[in-house]
Amino acid sequence: MSAARGVSRRNFLRNTASGGGLLLLGFCFNTKAMARNRRAGEPHSFTPNAYIKILSDNSIELMIGCSDMGQNVVTGLAMIVAEELDADLDRISVKVGPVDPEYFNPYARSMLTGGSTSTYANYDRLRNAGATARIMLIAAAARHWDIEPSRIRTEKSIIIDAVSGNKLRYGDLSKLASSIPLPDTVKLKPESRFRLVGKEVGRIDSEEKITGRARYGIDVQLPGLCYACVLHPPVFGASIVSIDDAVAARMPGVRKVKQIDSGVAVIADSFWRAKKARDALKVVWDEGAWAGTSSATLDQQYRELLKDSAALVKSNGDSKQAFMQASQVLDETYELPFLAHACMEPLNCTVHDHGDCADIFVGTQSQSGDQKYAAEVLGYAPDKVNIHTQVLGGGFGRRASKTADFVTEAALIARGEPWPIKMVWTREDDMTSGFYRPKYTHRVRVALNKKGEIDAWEHRVVGQRVSIGGFVDSGKSAAFDSAQVEGLVPFPYDVAGLRVEARPLVSPVPTLWWRSVGHSHTTFAMESMVDEAAYAANADPVNYRRKLYRKNPRMLKLLNTVAEMSDWGEELPEGQGLGVAVHDAYSFKAVCAHVAKVRVENGRFRVEKVWCAIDCGFAVNPNGVRAQMEGCVIFGLNGLTGQITFDKGRVVETNFHNYQVCRMSDAPQIEVVIINSGAEMGGIGEPGLPPIVPAVTNAIYAATGKRIRTLPARL
Amino acid sequence: MSISLKINGRIQLVDADADTPLLWVIRDTLKLVGTKFGCGMAQCGACTVHLDGAAIRSCMIPVAAVAGKDITTIEGLSEREENSLQRAWIEEDVVQCGYCQSGQIMSAAALLAENPNPSDEAIDNAMSGNICRCGTYPRIRKAIRRAAAYAEDASL
Repeated sequence: MSAARGVSRRNFLRNTASGGGLLLLGFCFNTKAMARNRRAGEPHSFTPNAYIKILSDNSIELMIGCSDMGQNVVTGLAMIVAEELDADLDRISVKVGPVDPEYFNPYARSMLTGGSTSTYANYDRLRNAGATARIMLIAAAARHWDIEPSRIRTEKSIIIDAVSGNKLRYGDLSKLASSIPLPDTVKLKPESRFRLVGKEVGRIDSEEKITGRARYGIDVQLPGLCYACVLHPPVFGASIVSIDDAVAARMPGVRKVKQIDSGVAVIADSFWRAKKARDALKVVWDEGAWAGTSSATLDQQYRELLKDSAALVKSNGDSKQAFMQASQVLDETYELPFLAHACMEPLNCTVHDHGDCADIFVGTQSQSGDQKYAAEVLGYAPDKVNIHTQVLGGGFGRRASKTADFVTEAALIARGEPWPIKMVWTREDDMTSGFYRPKYTHRVRVALNKKGEIDAWEHRVVGQRVSIGGFVDSGKSAAFDSAQVEGLVPFPYDVAGLRVEARPLVSPVPTLWWRSVGHSHTTFAMESMVDEAAYAANADPVNYRRKLYRKNPRMLKLLNTVAEMSDWGEELPEGQGLGVAVHDAYSFKAVCAHVAKVRVENGRFRVEKVWCAIDCGFAVNPNGVRAQMEGCVIFGLNGLTGQITFDKGRVVETNFHNYQVCRMSDAPQIEVVIINSGAEMGGIGEPGLPPIVPAVTNAIYAATGKRIRTLPARL
Repeated sequence: MSISLKINGRIQLVDADADTPLLWVIRDTLKLVGTKFGCGMAQCGACTVHLDGAAIRSCMIPVAAVAGKDITTIEGLSEREENSLQRAWIEEDVVQCGYCQSGQIMSAAALLAENPNPSDEAIDNAMSGNICRCGTYPRIRKAIRRAAAYAEDASL
């Protein structure tokens, strides 16, 4: 199950570093040449395209453009190549390529891992890459044996003459295949002949991750490496009045104290010494306006803003008329807090400024952006800044920083310094230095007719911007932010009257996409209100949703599947309840529904079980899809318990003792059913998240009669 | 100061400030980077190692306090020939980003050493100090049960 080791680039770097490190001290790596060309001591290889390298020892290196932060694209993409190449999956190792258009995410037009795009964005091109390599290997074997190519078949990186039974390994042909011209077109396998894609496959990188051998960004070792720790402002928007580093600068191991845009950095010969000296800095701050802010005043401000009309996002039909004729009107406010990503690997970045170019070693989702912004800070052309992508200890959006915040911070620290410097954030830095899922407040009004059906839906959202206009657009001109209304537009329910409004507000709190982006908050308001409407209409919550999705067979199938899985409708003992939530995460081209079972005892609730139905069109690796659904549920439960709040402008939650995340004892059992509907292939890293919180709060209502409209949930 | 540490069966002399947490000596001085930094306040378990066989959080314990004691890291655990836990981890396909998994396995190994056939409740209790943000808990539970079954089979 584990991938073959071979001479991986990471091993190569480490070996070079420990063996004198000449390469590192004077020169930059030429990452493109390293990616494509043969290295000293490396076996001969056949490199038919930017993605595949077949080495003479019969191992295969797959170079991809997306980062694996746990979502398992390493295995999925290796399966896709191995399928068309008829390769031995166990001998494929996967690396992230240099910043190069060959590896760009076509949906972002840059090297960016996000939006749950990796599998479907690479499916066709990697199938083509694999099929091309295979045809060239067959041509090489035909030439070698002097036979017709039609006699040749392939199997698990072996090439076989079907008549004589002669065999060659792919690696044996690496030289000869390199001389074969690229074919104009290739024929792909019919899906009916797939032996890997669509099957249950385990991760190919498990072994290195369970033995401590995997090298994450925080593990980077370089000769002469120094460490940096940064003192950030205590309040967002604060500025430095004076720095007293008299004590810090004289502490053992300290090389330098350096003011940078984002604070004051201490560079030392070990992380611990850098941190101790950082903690000994005495800085006087002008704390600025945000120092007057507490979460209670913020909550009030957001609720006040909801009262005014906001930018019109979408309107259909005549909602005003529907409200005038309604037999019931529901009018509720839903509140969601700022949330931290809290990746298990605290943010870190290692930069070596060589004076005319730089090497950056970082676990990142956003190589192109990091390169661009780091190059600006360092004063080099982007192609003089090499991004070496390391293994990521979680991402969830945080390592796709719009402004490359932690990478430019590390670049500023290392700029002009003689040492490579590894900047590491403590957990407190990571939790309190920002880039949160924004706080949002929703007001939802629905008009129910005599039959209890929703005739009109009015929805207003207040919250800070994440992006304007879509995926990576950070423009400031639009009247609202797409992440405020993602999930609402296009509107999924069959309702005649609709009005959606959004009001972005500005604050110094840095905000960013958080797994599933806009869907993470809109779904809570939408699926809570649908549940409230169902109860107001004396209807069963599943039946009620069936009507809302009557014109949408895909959603109906999903809903019926999850209802069946969970034995929906069965009587439960006192104190237990089932809640359902369904969501079209159209941004990721996938739809997901959860039913949660909750037990309430002694004023506390526990999520005991979650049933999940997911339709992402086609599951390349069902095992990987299930793992992502489990991950979405458990990461999503953070939205039920977690919050980032402010007191006098300071972030209150500083570490895992007061930022509540799901632990083993909180983790529900999770059962997943995958629907291979044949719809266009979608992504799976995010669509499992949005429905989990409303499924649970709806279950709490079923168990207790208490409706949770403000998160984190409190009974 | 110079401190004598017994790590993974080998005695090593390290030069470190006495108050440096064991974690940073293991990672930055001894370059055994399989043990991870997660929180620095014994809240997440990423830094779990064994101290005389018991699972401890290395991020808060000063290196001077563990001189002469028997310390095992994930690298030491992985060197052992029979490791039913790591086999079970692969078979249940537990891993996602993997960053917390060294700590998870070290905690699980200490649990099984003390309680070879833990109940679900015992697993939850022993493992709740190890945070995984990717959400691998259901598979960790299964892998621990599977490893316990292997150990039982082996002892029959």
